Amino acid sequence: MSNITNQSLSEILESIKSKKISSLELTQAYIKNIENAKKLNAFVTTTFDQALENAKKFDNEPNNEQLLSGIPLAVKDLFCTENVKTTAGSNILNNFIPSYESTVTKNLWNNGAFLLGKLNCDEFAMGSSNETSFFGNVINPIGDRLVPGGSSGGSSSALAADLTPATIGTDTGGSIRQPASFTGTVGLKPTYGLCSRWGIVAFASSLDQAGPMTKTVNDCSIMLEAMSGFDDKDSTSINKKKESYSKNLKDNIKGLKIGIPKEYRVDNMPKEIDELWEKGKRILKDLGAQLIDISLPHTKYALPTYYIVAPAEASSNLARYDGVRYGHRSQKGKDLIEMYENTRSEGFGDEVKRRILIGTYVLSSGYYDAYYLKAQKVRQLIKKDFDDSFTKVDAILTPSTPSSAFKIGEKTNDPVSMYLNDIFTVPVNLAGLPALSLPAGLDKQGYPLGLQLVGKALDEQKILNIGYAFEKNCGYKNEIKKWWS
Amino acid sequence: MSLDKEKIKHVAKLARISVDEAKVDSLTKDLNSIFKFIEQLNELNTDKVEPLTSILNQSLRSRKDEISDGKIREKILKNSPKKNEEFFVVPKVVE
Repeated sequence: MSNITNQSLSEILESIKSKKISSLELTQAYIKNIENAKKLNAFVTTTFDQALENAKKFDNEPNNEQLLSGIPLAVKDLFCTENVKTTAGSNILNNFIPSYESTVTKNLWNNGAFLLGKLNCDEFAMGSSNETSFFGNVINPIGDRLVPGGSSGGSSSALAADLTPATIGTDTGGSIRQPASFTGTVGLKPTYGLCSRWGIVAFASSLDQAGPMTKTVNDCSIMLEAMSGFDDKDSTSINKKKESYSKNLKDNIKGLKIGIPKEYRVDNMPKEIDELWEKGKRILKDLGAQLIDISLPHTKYALPTYYIVAPAEASSNLARYDGVRYGHRSQKGKDLIEMYENTRSEGFGDEVKRRILIGTYVLSSGYYDAYYLKAQKVRQLIKKDFDDSFTKVDAILTPSTPSSAFKIGEKTNDPVSMYLNDIFTVPVNLAGLPALSLPAGLDKQGYPLGLQLVGKALDEQKILNIGYAFEKNCGYKNEIKKWWS
Repeated sequence: MSLDKEKIKHVAKLARISVDEAKVDSLTKDLNSIFKFIEQLNELNTDKVEPLTSILNQSLRSRKDEISDGKIREKILKNSPKKNEEFFVVPKVVE
């Protein structure tokens, strides 16, 4: 079973259940891959000893009734893990060891999985290329010098490079879907409230949502089922019955109505992305879906709205990093205030500081109405666009990103050009909807491109089904040469 | 609207982040380009629009006012950069 690690999660689960491979052998195979992939810089922390112990424990008393029986998983370093360092990609949390476990990771462990390590990400999930991490940028396995997307870039890189059978990320403005698109993998941002935010390092609380990143749509449904669910500790958690996404997965999409929003054809979009979108429409149409032209008129205002709402919430959430209770503390400063100022200046990177300053400004006295209140009103209009469209369609098909993966350093000098990466993903967060990014093709450089399916609130099953049917008929193959080992 | 260096230093003070004098120029440039981008919103008339304050169709739950955990002082103090047996320690505030 030398090639076990390039299989899908569901195939690996079969091998574990049929005892073709033990959890220990599986774990050892991933550890070997991880040790050979240091160049990718996908991991901040590894927990090999703990993983091997857990694998042995599983093999001694296998419980194959669980969704993730005997599966080692690496997760984004934004999820607090009990007694395992959790950094959020920041110097200010460089030495933070939580004494509690996030609900989402706890759900994974309760379903039979165990921790393999913590994955690099943009600092506090603020970035689209993984270049803002204090621990250095992650490399995209698709090609040396290419960014893996962000902020869940360690997650996308590790998944595409076979360093974990599946993983989880968080998505505030596209941080799961854009890196999935850049690495040819599947990424789902669930409905706001479906997965608990408890124990996840907070960025923008009205937008943050954890979700799965996987090699296939079936894997995605298994992971979503394992990680989601009501949590009393998250005041915005939705209390509803758990769904069996993987059991209910079906590829019949006949008669479904797919909306095609005209506003997603933006200026300067590469021709290849337009062609890919056409290909996606054709596939769904051939499968019996009906394509319907729709309009989401406020799309162009989503990013400006996001860059008020998200920094405002971030400036408030990140006020807690004061050098008193946890994290880095500066040794400089003559009094308490100077200690705060120096701690935060030394602990935060440039992008995080920029966003805290934007947020502080838009919330400050005299500017609140002009910026924050205005943004909340436009957010209402953006949500209404989607509400109106979903009276006519079952799901919406768009490109995931306006470009394929770019080179490291290409966009770091111009924050706005970096922000534009999220132009197709951000509206969904503002409206709280679920959206799935699917690998759909390659551009002429051979870099992956993705398509996005947006669903109604809590309609994950439907977009997973459409994605499942699409995947079977798309013919996309992600064959990555392992140049790094 | 443009942000000048003094304004940025004031906002940094409010955010409790000391800003390196050498970086103020580039920060001013970056923030102004971001605000120029943000201010596209002014094209829209939103006079009759209600602000969106929650994306959920449900109101926040209330819970019983009872203690669900406690006696975890050690755990809470564990990550503090400076502490004694019972408290977080900060630079002297009152002379």
